[in-house]
Amino acid sequence: MSLSTFFQQCLTGISLGGAYALIAIGYTLVYGILRLINFAHGDIFMMAGYFMIFAMASFPWFISIPLVLFITVVLGVSIERIAYRPLRSAPRMSVMISAIGVSYLLQNLATYLFTALPKGYPELPVLKKIYQIGGLSASFVTFLTPVLTLIIVYALMVLINKTKIGMAMRAVSKDYDTASLMGIKINRIITFTFAIGSLLAAVGSVLYFTDRMTVFPFSGSLPGLKCFVAAVFGGIGSIPGAVIGGFILGLGETALVATGYSTFSDAFTFVLLIAILLIKPTGLFGEKTTDKV
Amino acid sequence: MKKKAISKNKLYSLIALLFVIGILGMLQANSAQYSYQISILERSAIYAVVAVSMNLLTGFTGLFSLGQAGFMAIGAYTVAILTIPADTRASVYYVDGIAPAIANLQCPFWLALILAGLFSAAIAAIIGIPVLRLKSDYLAIATLGFSEIIRAVISAPQLNKITNGSYGLKNIPAFPNLFVAFGLCGLCILLMVLLINSSYGRAFKALREDEVAAQAMGLNLFRYKELAFVISSFFTGVGGGLLAIYMRSIDSKTFSINLTYDILLIVVLGGIGSVTGSVIGAFLVTAGREWLRFFDNPLTIGGIDIPLFRSGFRMVIFSILLMAVVLFYRRGIMGSNEFSWEGLGRLIRSIPNKLKRKSKTQKGDNA
Repeated sequence: MSLSTFFQQCLTGISLGGAYALIAIGYTLVYGILRLINFAHGDIFMMAGYFMIFAMASFPWFISIPLVLFITVVLGVSIERIAYRPLRSAPRMSVMISAIGVSYLLQNLATYLFTALPKGYPELPVLKKIYQIGGLSASFVTFLTPVLTLIIVYALMVLINKTKIGMAMRAVSKDYDTASLMGIKINRIITFTFAIGSLLAAVGSVLYFTDRMTVFPFSGSLPGLKCFVAAVFGGIGSIPGAVIGGFILGLGETALVATGYSTFSDAFTFVLLIAILLIKPTGLFGEKTTDKV
Repeated sequence: MKKKAISKNKLYSLIALLFVIGILGMLQANSAQYSYQISILERSAIYAVVAVSMNLLTGFTGLFSLGQAGFMAIGAYTVAILTIPADTRASVYYVDGIAPAIANLQCPFWLALILAGLFSAAIAAIIGIPVLRLKSDYLAIATLGFSEIIRAVISAPQLNKITNGSYGLKNIPAFPNLFVAFGLCGLCILLMVLLINSSYGRAFKALREDEVAAQAMGLNLFRYKELAFVISSFFTGVGGGLLAIYMRSIDSKTFSINLTYDILLIVVLGGIGSVTGSVIGAFLVTAGREWLRFFDNPLTIGGIDIPLFRSGFRMVIFSILLMAVVLFYRRGIMGSNEFSWEGLGRLIRSIPNKLKRKSKTQKGDNA
């Protein structure tokens, strides 16, 4: 493999990793607060892809993108409202099963509404424009994804560490009951968390699908699981962890595809998961938890 | 008095069993006419085996594992490789040819099923050592991961000569008759029920209720978790083998995560921790998919097309029903209770009372 091909592949990997990182943050935020693997997150991401197709059919891209972000946030928040909030005091397994149920429902709904056939993702001329830098050539979206990811992550870190609502989020994730005794409105914080998660999923979906070109009802399930793995790898609840996990996953997968082991590229994710769970079960930056009897 | 009640129940059970055998015999005699119903019933019975084995893990031992599809895949491929008639193998492995070691390896299907179970149990034993150290959702996601790895390995082009990679395997001999299919499923479930009622079963339940307390009582946590995981995987593997015989042609896509979700929904609907619940759930879910089929066909009432009815609507209704169960009826059909004739009697006797109470409250509201 020549050096320029190598860098080309690295660029692809970093770009894929950026999209993964954005989705992984959604998982990590929700898990940090509700201790719930939001199985529906990948499907929210898929629905955002479909929303974009329909928005682009009638609006220019600069209206479509904010519109899609907004609709996706509404979807994410209403899922929390309908499917998770009634189960707040239920055992964790019930909530997880409910999440699997929502994921199943969204996939079936998408199959019903948009048919199982892959639909072409609209081309955004701005994002698709090819740029040449040195020996590398890639579309604008490939360069944009990692940069945008880092900007968003920085903004999010500021939000969580410096603002009042960020402080409330940290309090809720540390101790649910005490936080509510301190006068924090738990439900409002959870809604806010789901809104951020869905917003990032929508951004990730625009970046991811522009590269992939098609959307189908199951196109969210595998990326969803992978991003959850990325979140676990980085240490669930930690945003920098999720980002690093996302990039490692994207690079590793691209490397496997480039070397001709593409059938194992999906399995790679899970090998990574099992390895990290065995070596450091709390992930790279995870906090250690102890069981109380 | 007590003794009499037991013998009465045995009599009821015997009558019910004979009734079922009678129906099966009737279906078998007219198998050409009822092939659609037979195929639904067989699929239900096979799903019941896998659902009970999942319940053994999730409901009775408290280990939430999502690896069912992977172990089913191992079982299905083992059975397929061991039972495809040797003379048709060349046409099945038309792409890359067959590995010489397995070219003439053929055995009767019952032996293949046992081997399928043993093989998947052996894999489970290896996987269990690292994975069972994890708890709740981490365990779920790790088993799910293993299931995906198993699927990726099966469909890898490097294994084309054994698993036929992504082309799948076909020409698997079907069940000789209906009784074999149902007998095998019944036997598997019976064995699991016996296990649950044994001292091992009680140890599993102790683990489920409180790990620390169970450990304090002298239970070796890891040993019992591993045992539950291996036994459950054995029956999941057998279930997968049965599914291969039922479907007659398999490929790795059949055993995706969605298969695990289907089984999970059966377990949830039937009631986590109830064997009879899982069996009822399996039949209801599998048959329900067929009953709801009319939603997929265009519906015209009085010359007006109802626009909602078209392909795929059935699965939407189905998933909404399941969400309703999860949200509003969390215990499922049976909760953690088992079917008993006394329970059925109580239920029937309680219906008039409930109706009376309802009408009374309504009267109260009116006044």
